[in-house]
Amino acid sequence: MDVKEFDKNVAIDQDEALRPKMVTVEIAGKKHEVPEGITVIKALWYTGQEVIRGAGCLGGYCGACATYYRTKDDPKVRTCLACSTAVEDGMSFTMVPPFPARKATYQLSELKDPKQDLFNLYPETPLCRNCNACTEACPQGIDVRDGVWRAVFGDFKAVSEMFMDCVMCGLCVPVCIADIAPNLVAVYASRAQGAFFTEKPKRLHERIEEIRQGKYDQEWDKILTMNEQQIKDVCAAIK
Amino acid sequence: MKLEALQGLVHKTRDARRQQTIPKFPPNERDTLIKKYHPDSRENAYRPIKFGPNAGELTVRELAALLEGDSPVPADLDLTPTYSVDVLVIGGGGAGSAAALHAHAHGAKVLLATKLRLGDSNTVMAQGGIQIAITSEDSPVQHFLDTLKGGHMKNDHTLLKTMVEEGPSIAKWLLDLGVLFDRDPDGNLHVKKGGGSSKPRLLTCSDYTGLEIMRVLKDEVLNQQIQLLEFSAAVELLSDGDGTCTGAILQDLDNKRFVVVAAKAVILATGGIGRLHIQGFPTSNHYGATGDALPMAYRIGAKLLQIDTFQYHPTGAVHPEQLVGALVTEGIRSEGGHLVNANGERFVNELDTRDVVSSSIIRECEEGRGVRTTTGRLGVWLDTPLLDIEHGPGTLEKHFPAMVRQFKRYGLDITKDPVLIYPTLHYQNGGVQIDVNGESGVRHLFVAGEASGGLHGRNRLMGNSLLDLMVFGKRAGTTAAERAKAMKHGKLTLQHLARFRAEARKHSGALAVRSPMLFPDYVRKE
Repeated sequence: MDVKEFDKNVAIDQDEALRPKMVTVEIAGKKHEVPEGITVIKALWYTGQEVIRGAGCLGGYCGACATYYRTKDDPKVRTCLACSTAVEDGMSFTMVPPFPARKATYQLSELKDPKQDLFNLYPETPLCRNCNACTEACPQGIDVRDGVWRAVFGDFKAVSEMFMDCVMCGLCVPVCIADIAPNLVAVYASRAQGAFFTEKPKRLHERIEEIRQGKYDQEWDKILTMNEQQIKDVCAAIK
Repeated sequence: MKLEALQGLVHKTRDARRQQTIPKFPPNERDTLIKKYHPDSRENAYRPIKFGPNAGELTVRELAALLEGDSPVPADLDLTPTYSVDVLVIGGGGAGSAAALHAHAHGAKVLLATKLRLGDSNTVMAQGGIQIAITSEDSPVQHFLDTLKGGHMKNDHTLLKTMVEEGPSIAKWLLDLGVLFDRDPDGNLHVKKGGGSSKPRLLTCSDYTGLEIMRVLKDEVLNQQIQLLEFSAAVELLSDGDGTCTGAILQDLDNKRFVVVAAKAVILATGGIGRLHIQGFPTSNHYGATGDALPMAYRIGAKLLQIDTFQYHPTGAVHPEQLVGALVTEGIRSEGGHLVNANGERFVNELDTRDVVSSSIIRECEEGRGVRTTTGRLGVWLDTPLLDIEHGPGTLEKHFPAMVRQFKRYGLDITKDPVLIYPTLHYQNGGVQIDVNGESGVRHLFVAGEASGGLHGRNRLMGNSLLDLMVFGKRAGTTAAERAKAMKHGKLTLQHLARFRAEARKHSGALAVRSPMLFPDYVRKE
């Protein structure tokens, strides 16, 4: 089967597919026509807007492109990451500017009682009023409210696991009526979990010691004094 | 035919494929395959650089134009510094943050400038893990040999030995900062096997390794109250007129003003070049990955290395259209995911090195065994449901939550259906030539992370970039800080730029574009 024929067999009605269907969206209050299904951030570019504040990894990991949006006729305003959400007809959206949340600064290694220190660093944490707005605002689907309470009750392990997906977009912060920054509380709790409440990995420390004591020096001497062909042969023999 | 229908073949052939073992290519077949199908081998994508430290050497056209491009800085700019610091770190990803933290810890007054926000980088997206030889079956020497083999024997031995030996202490540093690596039941660090590695040695935080590390480093930079300038892009370096780097010129992206920084040492940690879209490839890289260090270092006289070789990650998404170029982690193949062509056949050992796997995918597509998407792109299948079948239901959800989530956003369930992939521009194998402390050929100019070159040879192994940037970020930061203690600020001039421009004017076509590029131009103009 030649390439052309093959393509004809598997191609899916390409002419149709390549002609984009246009939809109407409202960006920060202004209507625009954009191709259906492109991402929110591409819709911004498509309508001629330069995005610097609000574009980061473009892969859903960095949280730079936090966005509020609403779909046609739905009163509910939702949140998303602009790089990872497709536009649809009738959608309205606006990127969220950075919110001036307070980050506590601390010397991790100098903390004496990290679970108690949480209340000095972020004293607002136990004032959560259970409105659940943070959970609803999270584009990653994290149960943020529950995470805040787990931090308060000292279950830092659970917090670290729940917030492993957190991209620090900060959408949970402006909605909080108790002025908690749940994402920052979670980073603190996770780091404390790692630094204070997780077993020291024995094998790693042994390896550091072995290297320090020169366990591999002989092997290095052998490898590094080989000529090009010899070392090539050694590498070729690796399974 | 719809993609859903074409997927049927992947499900149908799964059981038969599970019985198969596909051997890795013997060295000569592997070289032939790469020569024929790897994008690095496409001669018409390359041209010689006209002048400068790498005059006459080949690189891709996109990069050559930037290296020969002009600085946005006017020759008569007032060079009175706004900031005077010991160490200026340019770039706020993994390498920049590590460099800043270590320089700060060694007593230096540090300024970290980055053109986006602190943490916006490729590091934050790293899914595969960080390679560190810690198990008893493994050793730093084995890590060295695997990397050398993967790099086609072109790696700098000294840099490479340094990296693999310092790996374990880097893991300890990260653990002390609170990074939560996956563990074995006995409390030891869990290791996974990566493509091109003979032993399992990838430390991971599920498939969020980069995110977890970057979240912690960013938090720590803020905790240490290191002076930070976000949305401030470096556009030119400063020299004393005698070949020594003495600072840099930033551009504040909010008001476009130039900001002069006097520094005893400058560390370039600006990452790679994916957003140049070399040869038209989509990319897995972040928005700012425009290789800014390369033209800046080049203009001040630093030599670049192996800038004719790039890594095309085998498994970039090609469907849905919104995810084009986005990475599907190699971890899926590490855990047994098959690559399957349009005929339902496997065609490569999935754990071969990235250049080999990418070349073989391109071969399948060019020889008519690719699958065409609704938007006209070609790709092959990655059989993701196989993982749940092989290792039990829930495996994908547990080991690759980021991946599952990414596709779910567009209504695709990778636990049920395979995904379509094609190689995506992923990594700049070469970069600015450095010594073992990260110093370039230009005195007091350091380079760390992807912007530097030599360590990875002509193909980087999975998990080595996170280690690279930690080790050389640390070494550059530490060396720069120590050196700054015993010296004064140098004279601030643009003499290197004047010389560069004079030389460029002798060559037609030079100075045609502004560089560094800073951002790709995606804005539609009408």
